[in-house]
Amino acid sequence: MAVITGMVLGSLARLAMLRTDYRQYPSYPHGYASHLALGVIAAFTGAAVVPALIEEEFTAVTFLVLVAQQFREIRDLERRTLDRLEETQLVRRGAGYVEDIAKVFEARNYLTIFAAMTASTVTYLGAASELMVWPAAALAGSAAGLGVVLYGKRGLDRRPVGAICRVREGRLHFRDTLLYVDDILIMEIGLAEGREAYEKHGVGVVIEPKDDDARATLANLGQRQAIAHDTAAIMGLRKDFGTPEFTPLVRLDLETGRAAMAIVPVEQDVGPLLDAVRSVPVIEGARTRPLATKPGRRAAD
Amino acid sequence: MTQREPETIVAVVTLDPEKVRGGGAPVFVASGPKEREKIATYLSRIMDVQVHDLENGTYVLVRH
Repeated sequence: MAVITGMVLGSLARLAMLRTDYRQYPSYPHGYASHLALGVIAAFTGAAVVPALIEEEFTAVTFLVLVAQQFREIRDLERRTLDRLEETQLVRRGAGYVEDIAKVFEARNYLTIFAAMTASTVTYLGAASELMVWPAAALAGSAAGLGVVLYGKRGLDRRPVGAICRVREGRLHFRDTLLYVDDILIMEIGLAEGREAYEKHGVGVVIEPKDDDARATLANLGQRQAIAHDTAAIMGLRKDFGTPEFTPLVRLDLETGRAAMAIVPVEQDVGPLLDAVRSVPVIEGARTRPLATKPGRRAAD
Repeated sequence: MTQREPETIVAVVTLDPEKVRGGGAPVFVASGPKEREKIATYLSRIMDVQVHDLENGTYVLVRH
């Protein structure tokens, strides 16, 4: 019964963590189903371990440990799947973002295991110690498991770019064949047709870091690639195979650490576009914190 | 871990062949700016490469 409580709680937790948001990851419904199935297995494993140990069912424990070892492969599997899908994207996610998604997937499964383990342990001990009747024990176990999930989620949740940077519209214009957003050079566009498309449909975005930590994060290529990918995914992109000049690029202003992006969205609503940029997650691999070091703090302007 | 592929010049379209020497990429000589624009557009759509203007009469088509 403790196992059932743990397993149910773990599974529900994993379900709650599965948000098919605008990033279309996991892909609904098959990806959803496979993530959920893995979550249920993780929940069962976590839930069964401690009661099996207490009951001295060591064969069961051995099997459970073997199952847990399978979860090491998860990050690799996810990364490989996402890497293969990169070929199908008009704007790639980039290695940094792919790694981040794979890491999150792994972490959520471990959290499920841990939450289920906590729920089942508390339920088991509550019932065994005869301090309470079994429904109360199950409730206590569920509450403990829920606590683990909420605490873990708070720790694991990624901050959005909008929390560390100011995002505003910038003036998109050309000097000869060079495309600028405000005074930040984006790229050179040789074909007149391409320049016309940017003048008619293009939007410029300026991203200003709030401090030196944010500046370092924004400088990361993976982070900027993620911004380009996510914004294009939400707002749509007027681009196809054969027109690489419409790939949104995020370039740095080396003087100030600001970044600027030029994009030709399908939906030319600037407000939602800026919100889309603000909601891009900060990639874990891109987070460097110079302000956490002595030299970094001394150099801070 | 995949290596980042270097940028390559895939083709050159020029008004003045004297401005371009060897290097492996095919050179297309255009008789005027309109023809240059047309050739560059066709090539870029066919090969999914970007056209860059060197502002000396020559366009280079680069795979990024």
